[in-house]
Amino acid sequence: MEISPDNIVYWQAGPVVINATLVFSWLVMVILVVAAWVTTARISPSRDVSRLQSIFEALVSTIRDQIRDTAQQDPRPYLPFIGTLYLFIALSNLLTFVPGYHAPTESLTTTAALTLCVFLAVPIYGIWQRGVVGYLKHYIEPTPLMLPFNVIGEVSRHFAMAVRLFGNIMSGSLGVAILVSIAPLVVPIPLHLLGLLVGQIQAYIFAVLALVYISSASRPGDEEESGPQEPSAKAS
Amino acid sequence: MDDLTLVGLVSVATAGITIAIGSVGPALGEGRALAQALIALAQQPDESSTITRTLFVGLAMIESTAIYCFVVSMILLYANPIWNHMVGQGGG
Repeated sequence: MEISPDNIVYWQAGPVVINATLVFSWLVMVILVVAAWVTTARISPSRDVSRLQSIFEALVSTIRDQIRDTAQQDPRPYLPFIGTLYLFIALSNLLTFVPGYHAPTESLTTTAALTLCVFLAVPIYGIWQRGVVGYLKHYIEPTPLMLPFNVIGEVSRHFAMAVRLFGNIMSGSLGVAILVSIAPLVVPIPLHLLGLLVGQIQAYIFAVLALVYISSASRPGDEEESGPQEPSAKAS
Repeated sequence: MDDLTLVGLVSVATAGITIAIGSVGPALGEGRALAQALIALAQQPDESSTITRTLFVGLAMIESTAIYCFVVSMILLYANPIWNHMVGQGGG
């Protein structure tokens, strides 16, 4: 049994390796993009909406309300990034009931890539909303003595995000694989159900933690400190 | 007992001990967190969505320590670099 779908190689030519992680990542991406394209091709503002549109409307408005609750800010700048993170991870964990499917989040490479996106998004959002000086100042926030601890803490909690998602999903599928080799047909089913539930919870956790890290570094702060800031109270 | 057998023995034993000890702490912590959340829910039932959401986020954070121990034991069993190195040396 494989500890990671990186080792299942379908095709290889020199440095280019097509492994299971790549194939299933692209599968999830294609499903999301096709569903979104089909929905927005027939989008209608009237009450007569298609089923897919109402599903997506419910999803997007729930995510937007959760972002508004958690970040205590206007959700519009964060919605695309956090929503995409949540939808990708949730769909890739949900499809594990399909036989022969290996979740791309089962591999540390995918989770590390997602964490890298969040790691880059924190300074990008912070500088965009607070300016370079304002963002860099939050590292010496309580006292300049805390600078190394703030930096190390920032790096280590992103590392923890990657390992948390990888460990949860990998342990679920590996546990099911071990049970299937010991007592197949009925015994693995409860563990498989638990794995599905844990996958959805971990998708939510990843998105919420990403939102907390981004919004804590880009809090608008006082009025005179932040430059171009939209009047969030009036706009929402 | 030659070196390869010793490495295999210690790896498997350590993997078992790692996950056995590593899952005690998070389980106790999660039990306490859940108890406090239930008390809070009983005191303020109208805030139940916030309390439940915060509970799940906190449980996932606490769980991550157990996940680290599990990942280490999985690495020791299935992707053990020292074992692979020694097998590569001896097999030739």
